[in-house]
Amino acid sequence: MHSGILYSLGQSLREILTSLIGVPILVDLLMTIICATILLLIMATSALVFTLGERKICAFIQVRIGPNRVGPGGLLQSVADMLKLMDKEDIVPRGIDKWLWVLSPILLLVPSALIYAFFPFDDGVILADVNVGLFLLIAITSQTILPFLMGGYSSNSKYSLIGGMRTVAQMLGYEVPMVFALMGIVMITGSLKMSAIVEAQSDVWFIVLQPLAFLIYIVTALVESNRPPFNIVEGESEIIAGPFTEYTGMRWALFFLAEFSNLMCIGILTTTLFLGGWHGPDFLPGFCWFWIKTLLCVLFYQWVGWTFPRARVDSMLSFGWKVLLPIALINVLLTGVGIYVYNVM
Amino acid sequence: MEIVDIVPPELKNNVIVTSVDALFKWGKSNSIWPLSSGLACCSIEMMCAAASRFDLARFGYEVFRSCPRQSDLLIVAGTLTWKMTPPLIRLYEEMPEPKYVIAMGNCNIGGGPFADSYSVVTGLDKIMPVDVYLPGCPPRPEALIDAMLKLKKLIRHPELGRDAADAKALSRANLELMTRPVRNVEERAE
Repeated sequence: MHSGILYSLGQSLREILTSLIGVPILVDLLMTIICATILLLIMATSALVFTLGERKICAFIQVRIGPNRVGPGGLLQSVADMLKLMDKEDIVPRGIDKWLWVLSPILLLVPSALIYAFFPFDDGVILADVNVGLFLLIAITSQTILPFLMGGYSSNSKYSLIGGMRTVAQMLGYEVPMVFALMGIVMITGSLKMSAIVEAQSDVWFIVLQPLAFLIYIVTALVESNRPPFNIVEGESEIIAGPFTEYTGMRWALFFLAEFSNLMCIGILTTTLFLGGWHGPDFLPGFCWFWIKTLLCVLFYQWVGWTFPRARVDSMLSFGWKVLLPIALINVLLTGVGIYVYNVM
Repeated sequence: MEIVDIVPPELKNNVIVTSVDALFKWGKSNSIWPLSSGLACCSIEMMCAAASRFDLARFGYEVFRSCPRQSDLLIVAGTLTWKMTPPLIRLYEEMPEPKYVIAMGNCNIGGGPFADSYSVVTGLDKIMPVDVYLPGCPPRPEALIDAMLKLKKLIRHPELGRDAADAKALSRANLELMTRPVRNVEERAE
């Protein structure tokens, strides 16, 4: 029923494992572990690659050259950074709430790693194709608020606390328009299943049917993942580094890892929800189209990030509640009318 | 950093230890993140060094962090007054080891044109250990890049700084004296 190189590869791996082990439950377990490992590797690699990519793109936009001395063409720059961060002193400030403080960067990684299970990478290649996929995805991504607030609250520092409070205000304010924007897609598809959403775009991509939702989604995705034009959470000129102010070395690197994993997530989500997922002309396999579209989306988000100055916190919040939310509601209304008219005709 | 040979003699031939050390030295020397702090006009040159004409980013040193907890290098750029000394020391102490200091400009190396002033610190090394001295009034951005490359050399070959170890130990003793808790104020007066 499914076609595609990745799907058949997975099937043959499962057959090999079945012939070796025989017990279906063990085979299922082993397959899950292998898939989860691959997804975690993708996530970790994305952080390494995107840090260098971000610095190169930033340099390109600012008419500079960017890192080019470490390794061939600067390719090993992020490796050097990671080695240095591992070697740094681990400062645990006095007066912090130790447990919350230590757990915050670790807990932040969990939701950003977990949502990779719900992404359809190719035809039939999805780790957990549950029937409430999109709903679960939104629910899990909104969990990232909590670790930020934990880190901000437990650091016992004013800048951290302000950063943590800003996270809550910003993410709650933009979660609502995002959900209403995605409602249009769900109405057209008639399902919350991620594979069904991609399946529904085999003829027309949702960017054509839902242009308004697409625009709202771009803005809210940037906000949700703290990307530069809306990175008021760690607004460097205002509150030093927000919730990360007191973190050093590898602890801070975990926040960093989550940030770049989130960047890839919004790229993947834009691809899956609006740009047809793995659909594309036949001369390339589905997962190639998927990654091409995702990387182009990431490039677009970085381009936006390095081009616009940072929004002020109050104007950003009022924009979310007073402009984006009504537009998203109107979009739901228009979609409903459109579906009705389409069905009548 | 003073040079301490932590490897015991019986482990001198242990290949893994030395290789990992070289690897970490390579990492450290290629990713020096400065603290974005400036005191006076030298900091304008510091900003210039990161901009497009000079592009500090080529060496991977352009990540100016606003938070001392995540930075490796304190570029003391400009005239340092006694009034500004406590905040500067605080920033230095908030940075995690290994940390480095560049004294940028004549003013904080030896007082510069303000050498006779009552309010200017004549010599940054009186209050904190300095790794690289960068003279000039102000030094050009190329000179700052050169200073950071000298620092890179120093990190890779710590034995280069052996001659300066005594001076840095003295600076560190001074720093300890200045940042001693307030209850020991009588001791400090002695």
